[in-house]
Amino acid sequence: MTAITAGDLILSVRDLKVSVNDRSVLKGLNLDVRAGEVHAIMGPNGAGKSTLSQVLAGRTDYRVDQGSATFLQEDLLALPAEERARRGLFLGFQYPVEIPGVNNVYLLKAALNARRRAQGIPEVDAYEFLTLVREKMKLMQMDDSFLSRGVNEGFSGGEKKRNEILQMTVLEPTLAILDETDSGLDIDALKVVAQGVNSLRGSERAIILVTHYQRLLDHIIPDFVHVLADGKILKTGDRTLALELESRGYDWVLEEARA
Amino acid sequence: MATTPQDLHALVQQKYQHGFVTDIESDTVPPGLNEDVIRLISAKKKEPAFLLQWRLKAFSHWLTLKEPHWAHAQYPAIDYQAISYYSAPKTNRDGPKSLADVDPKLLATYDKLGVPLHERARLAGVAVDAVFDSVSVATTFKDRLSKAGVVFCPFSEAVHSHPELLERYLGTVVPPGDNFYAALNSAVFTDGSFVYIPKGVRCPMELSTYFRINAANTGQFERTLIIADEGSQVSYLEGCTAPMRDENQLHAAVVELVALDEANIKYSTVQNWYPGDENGLGGIYNFVTKRGECRGHHSRISWTQVETGSAITWKYPSCVLLGDHSVGEFYSVAVANHYQQADTGTKMIHVGRHTKSTIVSKGISAGHAHNTYRGLVKILPSAEGARNYTQCDSLLMGDQCGAHTFPYVEVKNPSATLEHEATTSKIGEDQLFYCLSRGLSAEDAVNMIVSGFCKSVFKELPMEFAVEAQNLLAVSLEGSVG
Repeated sequence: MTAITAGDLILSVRDLKVSVNDRSVLKGLNLDVRAGEVHAIMGPNGAGKSTLSQVLAGRTDYRVDQGSATFLQEDLLALPAEERARRGLFLGFQYPVEIPGVNNVYLLKAALNARRRAQGIPEVDAYEFLTLVREKMKLMQMDDSFLSRGVNEGFSGGEKKRNEILQMTVLEPTLAILDETDSGLDIDALKVVAQGVNSLRGSERAIILVTHYQRLLDHIIPDFVHVLADGKILKTGDRTLALELESRGYDWVLEEARA
Repeated sequence: MATTPQDLHALVQQKYQHGFVTDIESDTVPPGLNEDVIRLISAKKKEPAFLLQWRLKAFSHWLTLKEPHWAHAQYPAIDYQAISYYSAPKTNRDGPKSLADVDPKLLATYDKLGVPLHERARLAGVAVDAVFDSVSVATTFKDRLSKAGVVFCPFSEAVHSHPELLERYLGTVVPPGDNFYAALNSAVFTDGSFVYIPKGVRCPMELSTYFRINAANTGQFERTLIIADEGSQVSYLEGCTAPMRDENQLHAAVVELVALDEANIKYSTVQNWYPGDENGLGGIYNFVTKRGECRGHHSRISWTQVETGSAITWKYPSCVLLGDHSVGEFYSVAVANHYQQADTGTKMIHVGRHTKSTIVSKGISAGHAHNTYRGLVKILPSAEGARNYTQCDSLLMGDQCGAHTFPYVEVKNPSATLEHEATTSKIGEDQLFYCLSRGLSAEDAVNMIVSGFCKSVFKELPMEFAVEAQNLLAVSLEGSVG
């Protein structure tokens, strides 16, 4: 496929209905994300924010009842999770898991090479890779011990989130979905994470920030803010909407939608 | 959707890679066990009288014993009269004098297994005493070893070359009446390996034996005896695969290790016997008695095992720490998939003062398999200042398998220090999904997670073995995530 430029449609979700254990969570969600854009998805607890992230990334314990999701003109929902990743979709986890004994950078190198193989470019060798990772680690203010530690093994909450962003900056995805990346971060860590995310902003990719709080959006300025409530995008605006949500809560959006 | 359980299920169905039977005319004794069979085995081996008497005594004791069933395993009763107790591959003459004399089919078999004997041996600097069925067919690197004074030969050869060492040490660690299978082995064992490292000698290479069960319905009864004299050091590797079979095959080996003052024995095993098919049919019954005695002060015995095969594994490599300041170690990875049942662990018996033991056990269960750790740490009143550290971790893959841990502790000296850590975890959907979402295939993800889990044991293996072990694990667990 040809190179992506600003304005190209990266993700298109149409009337997506998803249920978990026979409980309907997403109830007809629509979303278009174009290259160069940063979207923030906000909403109350239980609105389906994490479900949306996980379904897009390919988790299989959700049932897609209806609708479609197109990623770079391909049927996203027909692809297994690893193929989505190899095509440039990245999910930053809300709760990154620990994988004891598996070296942190070993996983990252395997991930990068899986992506490069899919892109038809040569795999990185150990030296190249280490140079790249060290550079990104500097940006994320991570010390060398991260190189030798197990994947998220014994990491603090903040370290785990930083590690997610490190992975993202190394993998350079076309679409990054960051699920509550800001939760559990103190203000300094938040700034570092934001810096990592901002370093990746560009015309050839898009970012979706899933968040509860508007404070992340002080550091990563979104182009669009969506309110996800009751399984749908109920309202879309610019960053002023996030500020309004912070002062007024979500109820008014729900009421407006019902009216 | 490549990650659905159905697709993974298809991967689990992969057939055993080493499933083939070499067609070599076997000189096999008809099934059945009685004194005459034992006399026949002894005669075929031209054994001295003391050994025949020793066998007969073990046999009469065996007759008084009952097959044990305390292990966490279920299997149909074994008909000991239906087993043939001796099988020797026929060769052109009485026996091969060199590799050139070895039946080419036999060599081809090793090639299929990825063990090109001569090349491998030379390249890796490993001396290989290959046991094919019950008779050793080739022994290499004898010269270099004999220059160092190291004796490494088939057991049946040691019977003639070093009868005095055999008479002195055989059965002193695992007495013939120790247990049902040890008694059976003592009565009917056909061959195995014998190692003697003289005083102060550091064995110049890793010693290695490849075991393989071949003739149908032939019980395999190996006997291994390793003696490390004062201040000596040896690393011994044992590895094996077996061809595909529909009938269960019994394997009851005995391994005895003796470490004298300041001697150091490292015994590593990679076991990959046929585990049975995906329905639990066939597969090897592996009932093994392995024990080492640290007889001298500051001696050390270290067991490292990677167990992936066998339908049933019943195995507890143990250390008796007699000498003061002696050290016993047990590092184990046991994998059970499909309908495999593994009941394994160790015993650390502290007798001497300031003795130390370490146990690291990693059990992995997948499919419908059950994996049991059974361990005993015993501190006798004489064991002043003894220490033990035990770590037992279990990893479950899927929801049909089981992990069981039975740690026994007996402390009779208040100065002892014991630490025990245990964890059970599941290769969760979460770990797997995390790896998939980074672009790794399901297989690579499982291998990575499992290797990480086993890391602390793999690092104890000699380098070339560690790589093999990791590959073996990958094959054993292919796609077994539910």
